[in-house]
Amino acid sequence: MIRHTISILVNDQPGVLQRVSGLFGRRGYNIESITVGQSEEPGLSRMVIVTIGDDKTLEQIEKQLYKIIDVIKVVDFSLKPMVARELALIKVKAEPSERPEILGVVETFRASVVDVGPASLMVQAVGDTDKIDAMIELLKPYGIRELSRTGVTALVRGNV
Amino acid sequence: MGAQIPEVRSTDELRERWMKPEVISGSEILLRSLLLEGVDCVFGYPGGAVLYIYDAMYGFEDFKHVLTRHEQGAIHAADGYARASGKVGVCIATSGPGATNLVTGIATAYMDSVPLVVITGNVNSSLIGSDAFQEADITGITMPITKHSYLVKDVKDLAGIIHEAFHIANTGRKGPVLIDIPKDVSANKTLFEPSTEPVILRGYNPRTVPNKLQVDRLAQAIQEAERPMIIAGGGVVYSGGHEALFEFVGKTGIPITTTLLGLGAFPSGHELWTGMPGMHGTYTSNMAIQQSDLLINIGARFDDRVTGKLDGFAPHAKIVHIDIDPAEIGKNIATDIPIVGDVKTVLEIANKEVGRAERADAWRDQIKQWKQEKPYTYTDSDEVLKPQWVVELLNDSTKGEAIVTTDVGQHQMWAAQYYKFNQPRSWVTSGGLGTMGFGFPSAIGAQMANPDRLVISINGDGGMQMCSQELAICAINNIPVKIVIINNQVLGMVRQWQELIYENRYSHIDLAGSPDFVKLAEAYGVKGLRATNKEEAERAWQEALDTPGPVVVEFVVRKDENVYPMVPQGATIDQMLMGDAEE
Repeated sequence: MIRHTISILVNDQPGVLQRVSGLFGRRGYNIESITVGQSEEPGLSRMVIVTIGDDKTLEQIEKQLYKIIDVIKVVDFSLKPMVARELALIKVKAEPSERPEILGVVETFRASVVDVGPASLMVQAVGDTDKIDAMIELLKPYGIRELSRTGVTALVRGNV
Repeated sequence: MGAQIPEVRSTDELRERWMKPEVISGSEILLRSLLLEGVDCVFGYPGGAVLYIYDAMYGFEDFKHVLTRHEQGAIHAADGYARASGKVGVCIATSGPGATNLVTGIATAYMDSVPLVVITGNVNSSLIGSDAFQEADITGITMPITKHSYLVKDVKDLAGIIHEAFHIANTGRKGPVLIDIPKDVSANKTLFEPSTEPVILRGYNPRTVPNKLQVDRLAQAIQEAERPMIIAGGGVVYSGGHEALFEFVGKTGIPITTTLLGLGAFPSGHELWTGMPGMHGTYTSNMAIQQSDLLINIGARFDDRVTGKLDGFAPHAKIVHIDIDPAEIGKNIATDIPIVGDVKTVLEIANKEVGRAERADAWRDQIKQWKQEKPYTYTDSDEVLKPQWVVELLNDSTKGEAIVTTDVGQHQMWAAQYYKFNQPRSWVTSGGLGTMGFGFPSAIGAQMANPDRLVISINGDGGMQMCSQELAICAINNIPVKIVIINNQVLGMVRQWQELIYENRYSHIDLAGSPDFVKLAEAYGVKGLRATNKEEAERAWQEALDTPGPVVVEFVVRKDENVYPMVPQGATIDQMLMGDAEE
């Protein structure tokens, strides 16, 4: 059971997200994250789904996805060199005395502070899932008030 | 005989009258588009959201509209029409409850890959999402049970959508497509430009021609096999591949079993045919699958009722799987030689490559011996009617040439076992979903598609009561279906499981309170007959056959008859309970 990042090119039609997510739901496939947005071609959207499953499950996921009429192309990026990124906004409790320490963490992860409140900071982090996980771990001791992650979006490297 | 189906007008005449560019309403576009797709019969039920559509149908005589008495009857009839003809079945219902009443029928068609175009009305576009009167999100509700669906937002899109829907429904792995038309869209006008251009969809290109390399591997495997076996399914019927299959079996000399939906794909009198496999299949089919060293699946999907316990299914066999749907290959059973393609196309190509399975002579003898030693059997009686005997009576009197539709349960299995089909599209049964209430309305559709053939609908006393209201449309349209009710006064298959697996705890299976079926028929103006012994049965059945219109024939049988062989759930298919044949 390994983590797979699947890119799905779909017609930008009403209900297409429901068709795809519904397929995962009713066939018992796991969705760790899902992102949707425009692609390079007008009228097409790119969905990126991170899922966990064995080879047989992944083969079924791909085949079942292709049965959806609005699905144009399915690629499992995990088998290719890819860039996968997500963005996280983390509102962390930050008394003035703790701020230098927190800023140290932020700097190390090349994250940035995007909002400052009387007793909190909002940190924006971009990176792969492991990096965001690590950053969250390091910020936990200060007290995470709110957290929002976009889920992974990805592309294959180079001219594939 | 001959149901009142519309006179088929010449395409030229229709084209001249309807197929010219013209500014017309969405409703008129719908009707003309249906004609353009070759539709000659639709089944439907009007209501508020489809009033414009029905208004356009007023006086429109170029196809027949059959007014059923329940939307579920309409969609099962459209399904029977499609299965018995190979054409797309069409039904129409209104929004909300009209649409939701179609759900069981859509799921039935989806599970058995039956091409339907389902038209539903919806509330005005401006009201969608407001919980308006008779509003239901039918595209959302049916998403898991349709091949594709459309909610039409603009009348300008309607003609193109209908054309696409027919293409999607009846190509690749076939299935139901739903078109939801808001009321204002059916009223709005636009320029209709008839198109029969081929549909091009980027995300939909079913692969019909197989990979040659895999076909060569199949030919090689046949050369090497000592115990080869074919399991053929509904895909053979749906692709029109029965002749190619006959040639394939003739060339290779490989024994063949046909699944429930594959019955009729291969002539049952052939010496290499072993009957049906699976839970209520023949001893021969199940033993042959389990002992085979090469199992060639042609257009079947390794359903759990066929495979029994997956771990332990065909343990010695190299598996070949031919299917138009790549997702079926490897889904349940690991496959050694995957062949994606249209069954007919694949077999026609394979027939040029394959030769006789030379090493399988001893195996063919073994199959012949099993067939002789372990046919389907039951203990006949002169005191009471046996349901198996009734099906044999139907079979013998029609020489296996009728179209037979069934409901679901024991009578369905007996029909599958004892009716000996010789041609495809003669067998209409709900296999995947197992839908009670399907048997009778589907026969109406089958008869509409085949006005000159004898159509027999075999039902139990349970399922008959789930759609018996459609007797009205048999009567009013003189649709001459012979409606057989095998009445054992209980829900027989449930009773059988309760006897064998739940230690005779018969829970809520007694159908006491059922109507007098003869009187029920007569109440609709349909002839009703009843038989309680063999002599009456023969006489009543002959009278039914001699009657030009619809007839209900009730055969009263004993209630404690079981279907054998039976593979208990969770067992491998060679572990059969043999019933009366048990030694």
